[in-house]
Amino acid sequence: MSQAGPQLRTRAEGLAAALPPLLAQAEHLASTVLLGSHGRRRSGMGDEFWQYRPISQGDEAREIDWRRSAKSDVHFIRQKEWQAAQSVVIWVDGSRSMGFSGDRNRPAKSDRARLLALAISVLLVRAGERVGLANLGTPPRSGPLQLVRLAEALTGDLSEDDYGTPEAPGLPAHSRAVFLSDFMGDMDGVEAALAKAADRGVHGTLFQILDPSEETFPFDGRTIFESMGGTLSHETMKAGDLRDRYLERLAERKDRLEQLSRVSGWLYECHHTGDSAQSALLWLYAALERSR
Amino acid sequence: MWMLGPIGFTAPLILLALVALPILWIVLRAVPPAPIRRRFPGVALLLGLTDDETQTDRTPWWLLLLRTLAAAAVIIGFAGPVLNPQVEETGSGPLLIVIDGSWAEAPDWGRRLDRIAAVVEDASRAGRPVALVQRTDFPAGAPEFLSADRWANRISGLEPKPWAPAKEAQDLWIAALGNARFDSVWFSDGLDRPIREQMLEALEARGTVRVLEGGRAALGLLPAGYADGIVQVGAVRSASSVESEIEIAAIGLDPAGVERSLASVPLRFDAGEAQAQAELSLPPELRNRITRFEIVGNRSAGAVTLTDDSLKRREVALIASRDDREGLELLSPLHFLRQALEPTADLLDGALVDLLVANPDAVVLADVARLAPAEQDGLIEWVEKGGLLVRFAGPQVAASDLSRAEEDSLMPVRLRVGGRSVGGAMSWGEPKTIRTFSENSPFFGLDVPEEVVVRSQVMAQPDPDLSERVIAALTDGTPLVTRKRLGEGQVVLFHVTANAEWSNLPLSGLFVQMLERLALYSRPTVPSAEDLAGTTWTAARVLDGFGAVSDAGTLPGVPGERLAARKMDADMPPGLYTGSDERSIALNVLSSADRLQRAAWPARIAVEGMGLLRETPLKGHVLAAALLMLALDIFASLWLSGRLRGAGGGVAAAIALAVLLPATPVEAQEDVAEELAILATSEVVLAHVLTGDDSLDRVAAAGLAGVGDALYRRTSVEPAAPMGVNLETDELAFYPLLYWPVSETQPIPSAEAYARLNQYLRNGGMILFDTRDADIGGFGSGTPTGRKLQQLAQPLDIPPLEPLPQDHVLTRTFYLLQDFPGRFASRDVWVEAAPADAEQVEGMPFRNLNDGVTPIVIGGNDWAAAWAIDELGNTMFPVGRGYAGERQRELALRFGVNLVMHVLTGNYKSDQVHVPALLDRLGQ
Repeated sequence: MSQAGPQLRTRAEGLAAALPPLLAQAEHLASTVLLGSHGRRRSGMGDEFWQYRPISQGDEAREIDWRRSAKSDVHFIRQKEWQAAQSVVIWVDGSRSMGFSGDRNRPAKSDRARLLALAISVLLVRAGERVGLANLGTPPRSGPLQLVRLAEALTGDLSEDDYGTPEAPGLPAHSRAVFLSDFMGDMDGVEAALAKAADRGVHGTLFQILDPSEETFPFDGRTIFESMGGTLSHETMKAGDLRDRYLERLAERKDRLEQLSRVSGWLYECHHTGDSAQSALLWLYAALERSR
Repeated sequence: MWMLGPIGFTAPLILLALVALPILWIVLRAVPPAPIRRRFPGVALLLGLTDDETQTDRTPWWLLLLRTLAAAAVIIGFAGPVLNPQVEETGSGPLLIVIDGSWAEAPDWGRRLDRIAAVVEDASRAGRPVALVQRTDFPAGAPEFLSADRWANRISGLEPKPWAPAKEAQDLWIAALGNARFDSVWFSDGLDRPIREQMLEALEARGTVRVLEGGRAALGLLPAGYADGIVQVGAVRSASSVESEIEIAAIGLDPAGVERSLASVPLRFDAGEAQAQAELSLPPELRNRITRFEIVGNRSAGAVTLTDDSLKRREVALIASRDDREGLELLSPLHFLRQALEPTADLLDGALVDLLVANPDAVVLADVARLAPAEQDGLIEWVEKGGLLVRFAGPQVAASDLSRAEEDSLMPVRLRVGGRSVGGAMSWGEPKTIRTFSENSPFFGLDVPEEVVVRSQVMAQPDPDLSERVIAALTDGTPLVTRKRLGEGQVVLFHVTANAEWSNLPLSGLFVQMLERLALYSRPTVPSAEDLAGTTWTAARVLDGFGAVSDAGTLPGVPGERLAARKMDADMPPGLYTGSDERSIALNVLSSADRLQRAAWPARIAVEGMGLLRETPLKGHVLAAALLMLALDIFASLWLSGRLRGAGGGVAAAIALAVLLPATPVEAQEDVAEELAILATSEVVLAHVLTGDDSLDRVAAAGLAGVGDALYRRTSVEPAAPMGVNLETDELAFYPLLYWPVSETQPIPSAEAYARLNQYLRNGGMILFDTRDADIGGFGSGTPTGRKLQQLAQPLDIPPLEPLPQDHVLTRTFYLLQDFPGRFASRDVWVEAAPADAEQVEGMPFRNLNDGVTPIVIGGNDWAAAWAIDELGNTMFPVGRGYAGERQRELALRFGVNLVMHVLTGNYKSDQVHVPALLDRLGQ
C-alpha cells in the first residue's frame, strides 16, 4: 500500500510535469509578510528592483541611491518590488479507511491522496510557494528539500484510526489549505476544523476521494460489513436492499460537505480513484488559482 | 435381484434410505446461507439501516428440491440399478436354432452371434441339447442335437451367405426331420420369401417357435444401368415408412491401380417408397474403371452390385480409304470422327484384319469402297456376332460400283450411279437440310440444327425394304442414314462424307450425338438365356455375405443356362463371371426386378427384437446425475448468497453458462460478423481502434472521415465510412490501416487479441499509434499516454524503429512532405528502421529502401483531431492560429493522404524508376 519515497516522488513529478508552474495568490498580503519570489507589482519589501523615486519628506537618508542621484540634481530613492509567497498546508487523511480499494487493479484511496498531495506540492514548490503537511507539524517551507521531507512523511504507514479528522494545528493565518480525505468519518470534526480554519482567514479545498465501489455499492446477499479497522460492523440479510438508502446517505454527506465549504468560502470536489489522477490535479490547480 | 419395471436393483436394501429424505428436507430448510464478511469503509453510512424484510434466512424450495433430488440420486445410484437385467429362459427338451444366414443379416451379424451365443448359453444352463441350422447352408440329413457346450465354440465360425435360402435344400431337410420333437428359435433376416411359410409350418408341427428379428430394414442395391450417358443406380429397402437417404459409392481402380471410391451419389428414399433411383453422370474414363457400386456404411452382399461390360467404354476401329494427303488434317476423312469419338471411345488404328482380332465394339469405314475378300469375310462374321459397322460415303464410294447391281452384304442399301449434288454453282436448288428424326429411328429426339445442310450425297436405290432401313432423311425425303441388321449386329451407312466436303454435318454437334447413339447399340447389355445357352462361364471374382470381393480361386465352371437362371449357391456364388470371348457378366445378389418385402409373421408367433435385451448397469449414470445436481447446487448457492455478482462471480457465471448453453448466440454473432466483413471488404475502409473512451472514439472516427474525404476529393482512393474495431472480437484483416489513439484508461487487449494484431502486422497491416500529447511531451518522455503506449506495444511484434528519415517513402507517396503535423506539430514520428545495408545511390537523395511497408507509425501529433470533420464537413477542432494554422491542417491532411497511399501502394514510390521525375520536381 505504501510506496518507497523516491518512487512516489518520481510519479508525482511525472504527473506534475504536464502542468505549467502554478502561481498561487495570497489574498491578504498584510499578514503574510514572509517573502516569496512573486512580485506584487508595487513597491515594498523584496529583492528585485522596482523603481527610482525622488526623495520626499519622511524618507531616511540611508535609503538614497547615491549612484542614481549623482546623475542629476535631485536625490532618488531606490525602491524594490514587494514580493510575497503563499503558504499552503495540506492535510492528507492517513486513517485506515483510506487504505480501501474495491478492485485489485485500482489504487487504494490513500495512494491516490498521497500522490495528489505530493504532485500539488511539487507544483507549488516549483512556483516558489511554501508547502507544508498538517501531519508533519512543521511550518510550510519552500525549496526542493521540503519536497523530500514531504515525500518521506507521505510514505509512512497508515494510522490505527478507522476514520480521520482534519487537523491543522500550525495553520498560518490567511494561508491556503487542502484537505484530502474520504470524509467517511464523523462530520463534526470536519466542521470544527473548517470553522477553526475560517476563523484564521484560511481558504482552501475539501477534496473527497472515493473508491468507485463506494459510489455504486455493488453488493448483495447476506453480508457483514466491517470498517477497515474492524471497530464498526453492520450485518444485513440483503445487501442489495440497502443500496438505495446507502446512496441517499452518501449524497446527503456530499451535500453537507459542499454546503460547509460554501459557507466558509472553501471549494469542494469529489474524486474517484477509478478516474485519471491528472484531471484531479488539474482541478486542484484551478482551485488554488481561482481567486486570482 | 429386485425388479421394478424394466429396472432391477442389485442392492435393493439401500433404497430404504429414501425414507430419510423428508428428514433431510426439514434439516436443510432451517439452515440459512452463511454471510460474507466484507471490509467496507462506507459502513459508517450503513449504521442504523435495517433490512426491509427478514425473509431469505430459509433456503428457497427449489434449492431444497435440487438437494433432495441429488441425495435421492446418490441413494438410488448405490442401490445398483440395472436396466433390462438378464433373466434366464425357461423350457426343457431339445432346442433347434434356425438361422436364415442370408446377406440381409450381414450388417448386424456380430449382434446376432452374441444373441445366438446367449441362447446357447441359456440352453446349456437348462441342460437342453441344441442343434443349429443355417437355412442358406442346410446340412445333409436331420439336425444333430448335441450338448450346448459343443456349439458354443462353433458359433463364431458362422458366416452369412450372399444368397437366399433355396427351396430344394429346404424340402430335403424338412423331409429328413422325421418325427423329432423340439422347440425352435428362429433368427430371421426379416425378408419375406415364399419358402418361409413351409419352414414355419414344419417347425410349428414339432414344438414352439420363437422368432428373433433385427429391427433394421434391409437395403439392397440393384444392378447399375446405363442410358443416355448417365449411369443409373437403383436401391430397394424392406421398410418404406420413413424417408431416408443413403450414399452410394462407385468403387474402382484409380490410375495408380489402387482400389478406391471414384464417385459417390446420394440416394433418397421418399416416405412410403421402397425403391429409389439415383443418376450419376461420369466421364467415360471414370465410368470405365468402375468395378462395383456399394451402399456406403452397409456391410452386406446385397448392398454391393458388380458391374460388367455394360458400363465399359467402347472400342472403335477407324478405317479410311487411303492416307495419301498427309498433313491436310482437316480434309482427312477421319479427322472429324476422331474428334467426335475420342472423348467417348477408345480408338483403334491399324489394318482391318488385325483390328477384327481385337474385337472392337464398332468399326467405322470412311469412304472405303473396296475390301479384300478376307477383310470382307472377317467383317461379316464380326458384324453377325454383334459388331456395329458404320460406313461413310465419299468420292470413292460414289465412283465405284459397290452395292450397285446387287446389295452388298456390308451395305444397307443399293446405291445409284454417281450420287447427286444440290445447291452448288452448277446445280439447281438449295442445299438440303435434315428432316426431324422419326420415332423408330435411333436418333429420335435429337434436335436438328437448321444450319446443317447437305450439298452432295450418294443416292439409295428405291428398293422395297428401303423405307424401313432409313433412320435419317433429308427434308425432301432422300435417305441420309440407312441401317440394316446383319445377324446380331448392324450396318449403318451415312450417305455423306465423314469430313466437311459434302455436308457440314460433321461440323455440327448433331454428328457427335448421332455417333453416340449409334455406339450404344453395339452390344445387348443383358444377355438372355438363349444367348448364354451352351456357354461355360468361370467366376473371376466372388462376393461373400458381407459384400467383400475376393478372387474366385478354383471354382468349377458354370453353364450359361444356370447363370441365366440366377440360382446362387456355394457352387455359383454372386460375382463376376467371364466367358470364353473375354465377355464378362456380373451375377449380383439382386437383379433389377427384385424387391425386398418385410416378413410378416402370423400373430401366434412371438417376434422378439434383437438388441433390447442387453443388460445396462445404470449406477454410473445415476451417480453422474447426482454429481451434476450438486454442481448446480454450488452455483445456485453462490448466486443466492450474492457471491456470483462480484468480479470473480462473473467468471464463474460465464463458465457455468458456457457449459450449460448451446452455441446458438455465437451463430447470431457470426452473422453480424459476416455482414461486417462484407461491408468492410467491398470498399476500402479505414479503421480505428475502439478505446472505450466515447469522446476519443468519436474524434477518431471523425478524423478518419476527414482524411477519407480528402482522399476522395484528391486521389483515386475512395474510402467508405470509417469503422471502429473492437480488438477483442473483430477480424482485423479487412482493414488496410488501423488508427490507434492511445488513452490512459483503455484496457490492455487480451492475449488472443494480440495474437491477431501480430498476425495483422505480419500480413501487411499498418497501425498508426497516436499518443496525442506532442504538445506536452516528446516521444519517449514519460507522459501518461506515452507510458500507456509502451504497455500496449509491449506484446506487439514491432520491428526496430527510427525517427522518420528524410528519404522515407512516406515523404513522397502522394505529396512531397517533410513535416507531419497533426493538431500539434512535433517532428517526432517513428517508423520501422531502414535495413542497415540500405545504400544511397550515387547522385540520388534516396536510399534503396525497396522493402516493405512500415507496419507501424508512432507519433503524438493528435492527427485525428486535425483531420476531424463533423457531419456538415466543418472542422471540429481549431489547429494553430490563423493562416499558419490552416496550413498546418492542410499538411496534416496531406500526411493522412500520404499514409493511406503508403499503405495501399506499398513501396511503389520508392521504386527507382520514379527518381528522375521526383528529382525534377524537387528541382535538383
